[in-house]
Amino acid sequence: MSNETSTTDNLVKQKYQHGFVTDIESETLPPGLSEQVVRAISARKNEPEWLLEWRLKAYAQWLEMEQPDWAHLNIEAIDFQAISYYSAPKADKDRPQSLDEVDPKLLETYDKLGVPLHERARLAGVAVDAVFDSVSVGTTFKKELGKAGVIFCSFSEAVQDHPELVKKYLGTVVPQRDNFFAALNSAVFTDGSFVFIPKGVRCPMELSTYFRINAAETGQFERTLIVAEEGAYVSYLEGCTAPMRDENQLHAAVVELVTLEDASIKYSTVQNWYPGDENGVGGIYNFVTKRGDCRGARSRISWTQVETGSAITWKYPSCILRGDDSIGEFYSVALTNNFQQADTGTKMIHIGKNTRSKIISKGISAGHAQNAYRGLVRMTPRADNARNYTQCDSMLIGKKCGAHTFPYIEVRNPSAKVEHEATTSRIGEDQLFYCLQRGISEEDAVSMIVDGFCKQVFKELPMEFAVEAKALLEVSLEGAVG
Amino acid sequence: MLKITNLHANVAGKEILKGLNLEMQGGEIHAIMGPNGAGKSTLGNVLAGREGYEVTQGEVIFNGKNLLELEPEERACEGVFLAFQYPVEIPGVNNTYFLRAALNAQRKYRGEEELDSVGFLRLVREKLKVLHIGDELLHRAVNEGFSGGEKKRNEIFQMAVLEPMLAILDETDSGLDIDALKTVAEGVNRLRSPDRAMIVITHYQRLLDFIVPDKVHVLADGRLVATGGAELALKLEEQGYAWLEDGGIGTLDETGATQAGTP
Repeated sequence: MSNETSTTDNLVKQKYQHGFVTDIESETLPPGLSEQVVRAISARKNEPEWLLEWRLKAYAQWLEMEQPDWAHLNIEAIDFQAISYYSAPKADKDRPQSLDEVDPKLLETYDKLGVPLHERARLAGVAVDAVFDSVSVGTTFKKELGKAGVIFCSFSEAVQDHPELVKKYLGTVVPQRDNFFAALNSAVFTDGSFVFIPKGVRCPMELSTYFRINAAETGQFERTLIVAEEGAYVSYLEGCTAPMRDENQLHAAVVELVTLEDASIKYSTVQNWYPGDENGVGGIYNFVTKRGDCRGARSRISWTQVETGSAITWKYPSCILRGDDSIGEFYSVALTNNFQQADTGTKMIHIGKNTRSKIISKGISAGHAQNAYRGLVRMTPRADNARNYTQCDSMLIGKKCGAHTFPYIEVRNPSAKVEHEATTSRIGEDQLFYCLQRGISEEDAVSMIVDGFCKQVFKELPMEFAVEAKALLEVSLEGAVG
Repeated sequence: MLKITNLHANVAGKEILKGLNLEMQGGEIHAIMGPNGAGKSTLGNVLAGREGYEVTQGEVIFNGKNLLELEPEERACEGVFLAFQYPVEIPGVNNTYFLRAALNAQRKYRGEEELDSVGFLRLVREKLKVLHIGDELLHRAVNEGFSGGEKKRNEIFQMAVLEPMLAILDETDSGLDIDALKTVAEGVNRLRSPDRAMIVITHYQRLLDFIVPDKVHVLADGRLVATGGAELALKLEEQGYAWLEDGGIGTLDETGATQAGTP
């Protein structure tokens, strides 16, 4: 997924960028996917030969694969030939010229979320020069990071400026043929983020896609690669709480994380893509492959996600615990309302000795929504003394929604310990009445109860993000009761 | 302040309250006693507006308003407080946060300014001091993992902060040992005030040793069948409820339950 600075932002920034200019004149490719399309994308991005070959290999593999159907999701057939795989940023004249032209419903939501005025224009894709602030913030930001030796740029930039790093790590965590959607992404990805934290560096600030310099509209096929060398640390925030409109229905992103010895990556996501209307019409299909590789001993990868958007979410941020004593964590809140469907969870693959993993999953289902947790904990024969703790709670609001839990546990080492706890509860009539009896309105009561339910996950989020996530849940639950 | 006239109510299609009458003035404490299944808790839930308690007949006028027309949260904001027999746990929701949300919702309803966290904390400390309760309850989630005594104390603490006009204490004494009972009763006594009426629902006379009521009513089979002073409770303790059932009913007058009901 991506909630990057939109194209307006990008276009405005372009004027202030010296040197690097993307080809913003190129028009949209006609719908359809073929080798020519893959070549065209690579050419437009001026990519080196090796990357083109890499894409073509992915494309060839994708052709032989089938869309998976094991998830607890009801998905209408996707016509992959009807999608355009490269679209140029919209020209200013085709955008809303002011906030007055933006869907008032969207503005109302921004209002409820407390999105600052100058941000609203950017998020709604208005063609205004109102984003200078964030440009200057971004520039200051980049300078400071540069001093620390941190590389934080768009994927396209990284391909041009740091090809050796990209080549070394790309596809080493999620190989091209990993799964159908990862293969598709590998063939046609347009942009994304690249982060490199050199040995021994603790990234001096939280990195957010929000401030990424020269963030092109990454569109539907985003590619992110984060590498933390020995002893390095970074906290990365993806997404933002304001609802993002996107005309592309299909999103298939890939995120790869690599930690070397003693390194640590904390990756937080708030996903709020358009979920479709209250009748289940429209909405984004979000098929994401996120995986972290704890390659070095004592390294640590922590995923925290708050998923409230998209019509369909198919997403399993995972950890491969290769290094001895490495740690994997997954904290998740997935909320589905109306006709949304989510099948999400994680995989913890224990390979190294004394590896530990922790899974805290909170699923909330309202309206007619279906919410599934799917998780794999695998203890391989080498994983002596590995431990896993899984807690998986579901909450139902109303009587027409569903919650499902699919835990897969494979233990091939007798010294490994796996704990799994799961609960399902309906928001109790008694809890609700208790709140009402104290004078709290039904809507406030529900959001309070839900917020309490999610607390374990929210406390893993960076402070401001947690506050926003809470507001987001409230907005997403509107109309869920009564 | 409160006038209940001919109140009939069903739960799950079964009539539980069968024409209950009760009138209370501000400052009064009325105890409602009675055998199991008489409808004591139903009365509390009906007044608070709980879903599933269907009023089929009768009227409840509270401070000039028709209480039965109001939503449960509106009743709370009008000053009706129910101390629950089984206080509900809300995991992950901080007790202080919860109470502040409740108080501010009520203040907002009444057109008063909402309290900020500093002002609220000051108020809370004051109340804790009056009730002789430590502040350990403040930092925990609402009733989560509380002992029986802590839950009941928390109800009284909430009552102290929300300052209701009408407090209904639903078997607040159940499950408490004598020390906990004393603490709770002491709290209630401190909250006695000329403009606050309290209904104390209880099974046992024991509580009324500590909270001395102005009136004691006996609720049996959906109606108040006897009314008297504190001494009625003592008699009930000694003789049980059986004597009321053979002929006592209907011969009682407002003031002298004792002579009327004596076998």
